[in-house]
Amino acid sequence: MIAPTVRVQVEDFDVAAEEALLTRGRRDIGAVVAFTGLCRDEDGALAALELEHYPGMAEEEIARVAGTALARWPLAGLTIIHRYGKISPGDRIVMTLVAARHRAEAFAAAEFMMDYLKTRAPFWKKTHRVDGAQGHWVEAKAQDEAAAARWATKSSDPAQ
Amino acid sequence: MKAVYFAWVRERIGLAEEEIAPPESVKTVGQLIDWLAERGEGYAAAFASRKSVRAALDKTHVTAQTPIAAAREIAFFPPMTGG
Repeated sequence: MIAPTVRVQVEDFDVAAEEALLTRGRRDIGAVVAFTGLCRDEDGALAALELEHYPGMAEEEIARVAGTALARWPLAGLTIIHRYGKISPGDRIVMTLVAARHRAEAFAAAEFMMDYLKTRAPFWKKTHRVDGAQGHWVEAKAQDEAAAARWATKSSDPAQ
Repeated sequence: MKAVYFAWVRERIGLAEEEIAPPESVKTVGQLIDWLAERGEGYAAAFASRKSVRAALDKTHVTAQTPIAAAREIAFFPPMTGG
């Protein structure tokens, strides 16, 4: 099985450069799906997001989810990058890049990765507001749990 | 063992990490939470809603029923909001 590339970093990343790395020298890949998550300004109210993470576990947990994706779909390559620290509206937060022979498994694995990552990777967002009012910790959404739960099967749920 | 705290659990307790020495009677993650919650106001506030706090033993997700056994590090944090 191929090894996923997982990076947790402060620095920004370049999606095109990561795709070039993932596909360099390959002639078997027919599809690459790239998901990039950006920081929204919440209609002008948000000055920045502060992303806290659990060093070590963040990388390990993303790698565990990636391992589940690789076991579930026949993928040719998988790169996940998640940033932490202070992130401004419009900036990139997270990227999932999935390469496969065909698009169906690439789309499915990318969506699975993001659904699982949101509920399992140890990151927490705190808001900084434009008006200087007290920021707050973003609350986990029930819909994110539901999005992850729909992928669960007896054999492939990483929670098992 | 080492205890590490994140996000509002860290803020309420007022520490990012500390060494803890729970008594022999504390066998599970849930029992450790009960023991920690007795240590002061900040701890009580952090663990006021048991279902809002997640835990990891040696960087792996666990539940309140999980035995602590020989774990070196336990982490407590709110539900995750990455991605």
